[in-house]
Amino acid sequence: MTELNEVVVVGAGAAGATTAESLRRQGYEGRLTLVGAEPHLPYDRPPLSKQILTGRWEPDRVRLRAPETYDRLGIDLRPGSAATRLDRTGRAVECADGSRLHADAVVVATGVRPRRLPCTDDPGRLGAPDGLHVLRTLDDALGLREALLGGPRLVVAGAGLLGTEVAVAARTLGADVTLVCPAPLPLLDLLGRQAADLVSATHRDLGLRVRRGRATAVAAARGTVTGVRLADGTLLPADVVLVAAGSLPNTEWLHGSGVPVEDGVVCDVLCAAEPGVWAAGDVANRCDPRTRRRHRLEHRTHATEQAVAVARNILAGTRARPFTPLRSFWTDQHDLKVQVFGDITGTDRCSIVEGSPAERKFTAVYCAGDRVLGAVAVNMPREAQRLRTAVETGALHTAGPSRPTTAGASDA
Amino acid sequence: MKIIVDRERCVGAGQCVLAAAGVFDQSREDGLVELLQAEPPQDRHAAVTEAELICPSGAIEIRS
Repeated sequence: MTELNEVVVVGAGAAGATTAESLRRQGYEGRLTLVGAEPHLPYDRPPLSKQILTGRWEPDRVRLRAPETYDRLGIDLRPGSAATRLDRTGRAVECADGSRLHADAVVVATGVRPRRLPCTDDPGRLGAPDGLHVLRTLDDALGLREALLGGPRLVVAGAGLLGTEVAVAARTLGADVTLVCPAPLPLLDLLGRQAADLVSATHRDLGLRVRRGRATAVAAARGTVTGVRLADGTLLPADVVLVAAGSLPNTEWLHGSGVPVEDGVVCDVLCAAEPGVWAAGDVANRCDPRTRRRHRLEHRTHATEQAVAVARNILAGTRARPFTPLRSFWTDQHDLKVQVFGDITGTDRCSIVEGSPAERKFTAVYCAGDRVLGAVAVNMPREAQRLRTAVETGALHTAGPSRPTTAGASDA
Repeated sequence: MKIIVDRERCVGAGQCVLAAAGVFDQSREDGLVELLQAEPPQDRHAAVTEAELICPSGAIEIRS
């Protein structure tokens, strides 16, 4: 292995910040730089669509670590300094502020940005119209929160985890909310039928409208949004529009570097893209040894797990180990906390393990044949841990309440 | 080593229990983090550091 004296982590979200911190915790003593495009200290994104949007938290609370942590760990944190180019020949990262950082190893953790919809405004008008929002950054969340006060008509284009969470938060703020959903039921593919039905019932109770359809454009006039255009031609009128229609990996800065890019940074099971170039978090497109499929995962748990693995592998040299996480994510939908392990897609059978949908709390496993491929827990976070084992081993019997694992057996 | 947990930040993912069972647990009521040992012995330090790093909500803080 090349001698390792300088590591540059590009991207200061959860994946980048955790990689840097993890390198130190695992004993790396060389130079360590963490560059981030945003002006803020590293912060956590899941609360943006929840506590920040509803105003339950002050913006400072999303910080991942106390400000002095980076100094204490000897991490040269450079916020507001986007990387513009990777020079692999010269082994350096170039930044928007003109700096050039030499690197023996580079970690790409530049994340994703929201996909946008075409916008039809009056001829000659440029730039985003007033009332058009996306949600990725803290500034996005604060801007959206301000727009939602005063009870406007909000149309959310996209009914994934982000779109539904924002719709719920906006209802609690008193906005009139319509969620545009291309599928028969929001979150059906992600959460499975039982949990998705409960979530939908909760949405209805909150007075949230769901409109089946595909959003194709944002309509605006005189520089202000007027609504969302659907594929069938309908115009849903709106004062505020949130486009939550997926995201695009931030890889443009790698153009010409030779680092393989295809829907993110293409990396191997060790999370390496090229010798000395690693990827972590939403931007990493890796082959899952479990499913043999290549994919990016935009899940918060995945970002930190991968960051720890990348730090370990950077330091491990020839003893690097494959990263084989169990897919897991959660969503908060009003009074429902839904946790998912593994995959629901491709399963043909569901068994409730504990509780019941009627009680608004249950755990369930999803199987293909006899093999457990996925598991879902609603409002049972402690019990959810047992399901993890079931999905990891593929065996149903380990999940049953009659045979709790050691972790679940310790009763107070 | 002294551990501080923030239940208000915790999302009940249970990653800390996986990394360092016996130091952390999840409450039976809400599934949120419960600190069983605020000052764990030396041989648990590596596991606790792992828990702090992988916590998906930054709810664990180690003060040395």
